[in-house]
Amino acid sequence: MAYGDNIVQRDLTFTVNRGDIFIIMGGSGCGKSTLLRHLVGLREPATGRVIFDGLDFWRASHHQRLALMRRIGILYQSGALWSSMTLAENIALPLEEYTQLSRQEINELVSFKLALVGLSGFEHYYPSQISGGMRKRAGLARAMALDPEVLVFDEPSAGLDPISSRLLDELILELRDSLGATVLVVTHELASLLSIGDNSIFLDPESRTMIAGGDPKRLLAESEDPRIIRFLTRGEQDHKRHAEAQL
Amino acid sequence: MTSQEIHANPALAELDCGSRDLLIRISGSWSTGDQLPVAETFIASLPDTGSQTLSFNTSGINRWDSRFVSWVIKVTDAAEARGIPVGYQGLPAGVQGLIKLAKAVPEHKASAPREEASGLLTRIGHGVHAFVDQTGELLAFLGEVFLAFTRMLTGKARFRGGDLLLYIQQTGVDALPIVGLISILVGLILAFIGAIQLAMFGAQIYIANLVGIAMVREMGAMMAAVIMAGRTGAAFSAQLGSMQVNEEIDAFKTLGIDPVEFLVLPRILALTLMLPLLCLYADLLGILGGAMVGTTLFDISLTLYVEQTISSISLADVMVGVVKSGVFGILIALAGCVKGMHCGRSASSVGDATTAAVVMSIVAVVVADAVMTLINNAIGV
Repeated sequence: MAYGDNIVQRDLTFTVNRGDIFIIMGGSGCGKSTLLRHLVGLREPATGRVIFDGLDFWRASHHQRLALMRRIGILYQSGALWSSMTLAENIALPLEEYTQLSRQEINELVSFKLALVGLSGFEHYYPSQISGGMRKRAGLARAMALDPEVLVFDEPSAGLDPISSRLLDELILELRDSLGATVLVVTHELASLLSIGDNSIFLDPESRTMIAGGDPKRLLAESEDPRIIRFLTRGEQDHKRHAEAQL
Repeated sequence: MTSQEIHANPALAELDCGSRDLLIRISGSWSTGDQLPVAETFIASLPDTGSQTLSFNTSGINRWDSRFVSWVIKVTDAAEARGIPVGYQGLPAGVQGLIKLAKAVPEHKASAPREEASGLLTRIGHGVHAFVDQTGELLAFLGEVFLAFTRMLTGKARFRGGDLLLYIQQTGVDALPIVGLISILVGLILAFIGAIQLAMFGAQIYIANLVGIAMVREMGAMMAAVIMAGRTGAAFSAQLGSMQVNEEIDAFKTLGIDPVEFLVLPRILALTLMLPLLCLYADLLGILGGAMVGTTLFDISLTLYVEQTISSISLADVMVGVVKSGVFGILIALAGCVKGMHCGRSASSVGDATTAAVVMSIVAVVVADAVMTLINNAIGV
């Protein structure tokens, strides 16, 4: 992963298993969101491959890649709702583009998706008329519009209060269990990644590569790497060590 | 504390080398607005090396803020650099806390990316490189637009009809007042300038010819284009730039929807359709402006003015202006859209993109106008 001559991350090899909630974690600026852009087809990696269901994402034909992208639903950090459209139009657009459903069926599906994220009755609101948390949930409804096999979340907790953040975590778990989707989450929110993550990788900004992988809870309990311990304990270990040294 | 009291409590720092330690006695008011002792002068009075600990006695201080903390850090850093141990215990607890915070994270040594001073050749090289990059970006964008346009012609392009109508309204109907006002004024100005010269020969009636031909062939299209570059080209760039910042364009891409088809094509179509109509409207109002001057100041009857205008301009003249404005519409929409689509991801980059779009539009319009005028001249239109 690189921007020009500036290498962001190198030597990344990992597998996301079907049905897992997979966390990409690491401190600010380590390249989490850039990695996500490589994984979902927004930016070609400098070298290497992204294999999706046996197909090399970046060497596939344009049409194959588009077909793969339709199997992925993404919730962007800001929600990324199209501001000139109502929530209903935002969710209906992918359905209009890729299905042959009637207008009534599309409207019913839109209402259902909005109900799933707790936004029933907000069909005719514009993104500017609702709160940041509601925009995120509406973005999630749009991400689920085509019943994707993979749901991707870029910093889902960013800008949310703790309760909304926990509710979103519960929603992610519920959707994974109900829809059987694979979930990929880019986050550095400890409470979130420890409560929902099945598997993870940890990107280190200093060595510019992944330095660990596995169940985040297991990493917290067993890892001896000071960088991971520091991250997963919010630096409290450092604080304790410092306090002990002073005593 | 009043200013008199502050004046009565000047900030003082005295170095006492007589005792076992080096003691700095601080007294008076050390805050914003007070005259503080110059740190460098004080540092110069410190011994070059020494085993004595530098300590503080601040019992005489009655007021301090960040300036005092900054002064203490400057002095203690200098002392530590000379190998003099420093004891902070004598400082107020708040000052000790702030110093601890300020020194908790070591200073970032790596310098921020800076433009290195470079020679003329290097700068020319960078300039050429940037120009080639931008040209490549522009050509790639033109290619995408062309493909989207061919898909539209074969009925495969995807955009919402409602969006096209909205852009038509924004670029057409909503622009009528400003285009009308400017065109009338341009007609008035042309008539005045011409009339002063023509009156010397008693040929005021030819104001109608001058204004009619100038508006229809050139000024109607040009003024409408300049207004639309500043109004609509900038708006396109800002709209698309904001969408880039908010990841809305990424959302289109990841859904497999081509943003050029969905966002750019309807904008280009709307402006290309509307600018020729705005040009005709500008022509009419410019002629009206000329007529206002001719009829009110030079005693030309309205009927005569209209007849003279009609006899002086041909359909070919009108078509020259209309075709030019169609080309201007494409150029303005392309400039606005390319700058918006290639906008960075910060708020300031939206402003930069908008400025660049307006400049690019106006330059493109003027260059295209010059080229088309030469072509018209060559083919005798």
